[in-house]
Amino acid sequence: MSVTEAAGTRPRNETAPGAEPIIVVDNVSKSFGPLQVLHGVSLTIERGTMVAIVGRSGSGKSTLLRCMNALEEINGGTIQVCGNRVAMDDRASVKRLRSEVGMVFQSYNLFPHLTVLRNITLALTVVQKKSRADADAIAHKVLGLVGLADKAEAYPEQLSGGQAQRVAIARSLALSPKVLLFDEVTSALDPELTGEVLKVMEDLARDGMTMVLVTHEMAFARRLADIVVFMHQGKVWEAGPPAEIFADPKTPELRQFLSSGL
Amino acid sequence: MITFSSTHLIYLIEAARWTVLLSVLAFIGGGAFGLVLALGRVSQHKWLRWLSAAYIQIIQGTPLLVVLFLAYFGLSILGLDIPPIIAAGLSLTLYTSAFLGEIWRGCILSVPKTQWEASNCIGLSRMQQYRHVILPQAARIAIPPTVGFMVQIIKNTSITSIIGFVELARAGQIVNNSTFEPFITFVFVAIIYFAMCYPLSLASRHFERKLNVGN
Amino acid sequence: MISYSFDFSFLLTAWPAFLRGAWLTIVLAGTSIALGFVLGLVCAILRSGKSKLLSGLVGIYVEVIRNTPFLVQVFIVYFGLPSLGLRLSAETSAVIALVINTGAYSSEIIRAGIDSIAKGQLEAAECLGLNKLQVYWHIILIPAVERVYPALSSQFVLLMLSSSITSQISAQELTAEANMIQSETFRSFEVYLIVAAVYLALSVLFRVVLWGIGQFAFVRRRKLRT
Repeated sequence: MSVTEAAGTRPRNETAPGAEPIIVVDNVSKSFGPLQVLHGVSLTIERGTMVAIVGRSGSGKSTLLRCMNALEEINGGTIQVCGNRVAMDDRASVKRLRSEVGMVFQSYNLFPHLTVLRNITLALTVVQKKSRADADAIAHKVLGLVGLADKAEAYPEQLSGGQAQRVAIARSLALSPKVLLFDEVTSALDPELTGEVLKVMEDLARDGMTMVLVTHEMAFARRLADIVVFMHQGKVWEAGPPAEIFADPKTPELRQFLSSGL
Repeated sequence: MITFSSTHLIYLIEAARWTVLLSVLAFIGGGAFGLVLALGRVSQHKWLRWLSAAYIQIIQGTPLLVVLFLAYFGLSILGLDIPPIIAAGLSLTLYTSAFLGEIWRGCILSVPKTQWEASNCIGLSRMQQYRHVILPQAARIAIPPTVGFMVQIIKNTSITSIIGFVELARAGQIVNNSTFEPFITFVFVAIIYFAMCYPLSLASRHFERKLNVGN
Repeated sequence: MISYSFDFSFLLTAWPAFLRGAWLTIVLAGTSIALGFVLGLVCAILRSGKSKLLSGLVGIYVEVIRNTPFLVQVFIVYFGLPSLGLRLSAETSAVIALVINTGAYSSEIIRAGIDSIAKGQLEAAECLGLNKLQVYWHIILIPAVERVYPALSSQFVLLMLSSSITSQISAQELTAEANMIQSETFRSFEVYLIVAAVYLALSVLFRVVLWGIGQFAFVRRRKLRT
């Protein structure tokens, strides 16, 4: 069984990858007070692709990801997800957005007072109004997919970092999102624990999930991303297939980033 | 019928001096004994730890009013014809020591273990470790909760009015007995207590913020 | 030094009065804990809410109660309110004063719990599609109360002990019964020794019951502590 089938999303594109835009970021600007962090960013992400956003800290990559999920308000430009314009002040649009986009955080953000199972079923029962039994069934399924079927009754504090992050992925997956956003999901992990999380993400990618990740894992991006986006000073500095980006950087900034980062 | 007047207010404020005096006595007595209890709680001797813990549990599990009655009637059993301020001061000292002892124990324990190890390595005796390394650090942590607890002491001195010690609360009752204006009288009493306690509450919060910023 | 012989023979006739008093203390404290917790919860929500006015009013309430003696609060409710035309029984006055007092302390404790919830928790819940109310209930309030439950329990035990002060408005709880007995028997010291022992037992009882409620209400506590 594939990850996405189990979670109820569509299996890998009937249409060829790249045919159908799912997130369209158009000329987006974002400031925190006097500090402008995004300068007219434009980016199109197509169904069934994995896009890796890389860059130095402070380049605006995490902010861009958070804007896509209406966690930050944008000051200019537009973002469309699945054909709907993202507007933080429009409740209905945010609600629709949340049902289509899942997000995984660097700090896992599991709910400490709930079991692993309840972490996953909370939104299923409270938001999607599923019965407890249906929700439990889905939760067990997604836990199996991330290899943690035996941890359903554990509490977050009893998990290792890698396990916690896999539960967080399962929690997003349970809601059958069309897109998954990953915000530096391996940055807080010990090196020996990143592998198990990347493995889960790789499975998802192979099953055709649309994924946007902000990451420092260059080898992973190089091997699995369809598009790599290099951000610098709040702009998309370079973007393209990993072969191009890594083998033939056009700008001195990217060249420098690659040589220092690897 | 006498109505509440500035004379009464002045009488209340003068009585508040006894509240302050009693609070200071309780803080000094309770602080000294409380330090002994705190050190007892973290002592290397099991029976000392046990004894101070038992004392703290008993005092914290008994209403201050009952402690006050026991002090008041207990002292009179000894045949001493003592003024209420002694019973009041004694019971408040017992009460304060139990709470400060427990608060300060927490402060001593929050000094990192490595400080003990480091000071042990440079050859300090246990007394010297306390004197030069542990207590100075614990004291810094102890300031906010200790100042905060002073508010509890001031408020709890009001209970000594019940054995007839004329401090602020008792003065309020006396004024009320002549004016029959309980609402305005006790509201003024409350205002005077507030004026004494609130600055300490603010100070406690201020110190706590400062401590948090410092760390 | 005068020799003193202890005499506890009054217990033979007075024990029902002690029991009666202890029972009323349990009822007074139990009622006040339940109502005070609810009041504290509401105040904590308002205090950390968006309305500046409500938050400010709750702030004033909390500071006034925390910086004035409970005895004076009891006097204002019992002696003061009738002069404003509101006459209440001693027991009702006692409960009102205890609830007002506990509400203020509980709200500060619960608010600290609310403040301790990390922002990432809220974002994660929002991303899962929970609306504001659902986030508030499932992700803020429940874990906040769970986190501060030990502090709340200690506060509730202190409240039970403070209820002894309501003997001063002749609410017939344990201390008031003791006052009656000692005025009849003149064995003051012995009477208050017994009362102290009963209060100690009540503290233990309240701690055990509150612990049990915590174990029942917060599953994580039950599972991780054992």
